[in-house]
Amino acid sequence: MKQKIICILVLAVIIILPVFLLSDFRLSILSKFVVFAIVAISVNLLWGYTGVLSLGHGVYFALGGYAMAMYMKLQAQPLPDFMEWSGIETLPWFWKPFQSLPFALAMTVILPVTLALLVGVPLFKSGTKGVYFTIISQAITLIVSILFVGQQGFTGGSNGITGFKGVFGYPIGDPTLIKILYGLAVAVVIAIYFVSKFMLRTHGGVIIQAIRDRETRLRFLGYRTDSFKILTLATSAAMCGVAGALFVPIVGIISPSLMSILMSTEFVIWVAIGGRGTLLGPIIGALVINYAKTSFSESLPEYWWYFYGFLFIAATLIVPKGIVGTLKEKEWFQNRFNKLKTEHE
Amino acid sequence: MGDFIPFLFNGLSISSILLLTAIGLSIVFGMMGVINFAHGEFIMIGCYSSYIVSLVLGSEGSWLTLLLAFILSFILSFGIGYLIERLVIRKLYARPLDSILATWGISLILQQLARNIFGSNNVDAPMPKILSKGWEVTEDITLPFNRIFIILFAVLVCLFVYYFIYKTPKGRILQAVMQNRSMASCIGINTKKADAFTFSFGCGLAGIAGICISMLGSVGPSTGQNYIIDTFLVVILGGIGGLRGTILGALLIGISSPFIENFTTSSMAKVIILSLVLIVLHYKPQGLSPMKDRTID
Repeated sequence: MKQKIICILVLAVIIILPVFLLSDFRLSILSKFVVFAIVAISVNLLWGYTGVLSLGHGVYFALGGYAMAMYMKLQAQPLPDFMEWSGIETLPWFWKPFQSLPFALAMTVILPVTLALLVGVPLFKSGTKGVYFTIISQAITLIVSILFVGQQGFTGGSNGITGFKGVFGYPIGDPTLIKILYGLAVAVVIAIYFVSKFMLRTHGGVIIQAIRDRETRLRFLGYRTDSFKILTLATSAAMCGVAGALFVPIVGIISPSLMSILMSTEFVIWVAIGGRGTLLGPIIGALVINYAKTSFSESLPEYWWYFYGFLFIAATLIVPKGIVGTLKEKEWFQNRFNKLKTEHE
Repeated sequence: MGDFIPFLFNGLSISSILLLTAIGLSIVFGMMGVINFAHGEFIMIGCYSSYIVSLVLGSEGSWLTLLLAFILSFILSFGIGYLIERLVIRKLYARPLDSILATWGISLILQQLARNIFGSNNVDAPMPKILSKGWEVTEDITLPFNRIFIILFAVLVCLFVYYFIYKTPKGRILQAVMQNRSMASCIGINTKKADAFTFSFGCGLAGIAGICISMLGSVGPSTGQNYIIDTFLVVILGGIGGLRGTILGALLIGISSPFIENFTTSSMAKVIILSLVLIVLHYKPQGLSPMKDRTID
């Protein structure tokens, strides 16, 4: 019990320290990484636990982001500037409700979940194989991003939506706002961590892990595995949408590049390197890889792509269990873990 | 009728390119269960080999340079494919999701390599002069020779692959491995060798497709990337494991796209085509022409 309290205290200090140590610029980058950790958890729920690999999670993330950005844009300008440029003079009907914050916040979850259901129901109900789903998920992301780029007048085209005034009454870039958003991001990541921990303990959580291990047997036992997969996909999309909504005020822009295929595969590599099928892995993976990416692109931008490409190969051949999974296997760690457990009991 | 011909020709042209890019992928996917996301980069290698030939032999395009480009592209992409199979893919059989990730990594590395070697700007590859002209069917309709060439070439490649897989001893070995790996192994077929060959062969075909793509416009490090998703859709729609499915998939997607684009924008056309593929997959999850087997995975 004592150990547990110490653990929590140490963790709390690690979380709070950056607020005082880092500059505002660095802190908002860290908040971005924390948001990415939420995405990683959601991808892991689907891939690490259910065995369904989506290479198109960027679209759910971006949909959440766009819903938030639409609200924030309307706060800044009654008629967004890119609409004027495209010759649209009145606000389109589907933009109007986004003037209200509750509606926009609801949409950050509803939009991704709707798309997830549109994709998941026909595919999973017909028993589409895993790899087929992966490729289709990628195609869908590509097509939605083409749509968003093409509809310049309604979505801001390839520039996306930016130029916000502020949120929660603070202007963008305000030191207090940066700290608030950091706190919010950390709170959401912790909440989602515990939600997924709880979900995996329920009966349904056990079933999705069984789907990953041997779906056919589960079907023989009479479980409707497709419904569980659809449900997991929808949950995962919802989490991604929340992350997208947090991302927009932190970074100040949402653009179709966030639903690109490149971005969506990046989500997967965070999980793979961190440790698929572990709860802590994706968080660690997202933080470590994004930190590496930032330092690389500041010093050696040329070589980042080689290193990044190698990460994918490493994640499949050298450390298929990821950082956390490999550590868990290590004996000393196991022993330490057992010791802690007996003391705890 | 006069309006109909250009659409049909466009459709056939798109189909032929889709078919050329998809055929190698379908063979690798069907036989080894490996999803090669670096397939687009082998197309890119093909594109650049025709550029290399033009660097060496001068930028005047002729039939000779075209022939040399075809040979070089096949050798280059076959060789690099073989290397990658030995180093990475070999360890990923029966792990399709992991093969997606690893080949995605390879694709990023190859793209960056191309950027470092050839620069990130697009380059032009020459082609024989005659191919840049066109056949004037009527006053309004001109069919470009390069597209006609690609259509004929796609037919040729299909015939060649058909002959190779179904009629030659080596092709029969590949088929045996595809249909029942362990049984093939029992009767003395070296399945590992067959795998290495299949993967490299698929990559080589992608390289050849790259030459055809370089005939249509300038090429760059991300050229391959632009084709990969459509190519995968063709393979999925057709169903893996056979030439027939791939041809069917390429024809369906290729011919329907110009007709759909006719009454809407090209981005909406893509949405409609994907929705159609989703609907087909809902009723036929294995694709239109799947390989029949009795195994349960």
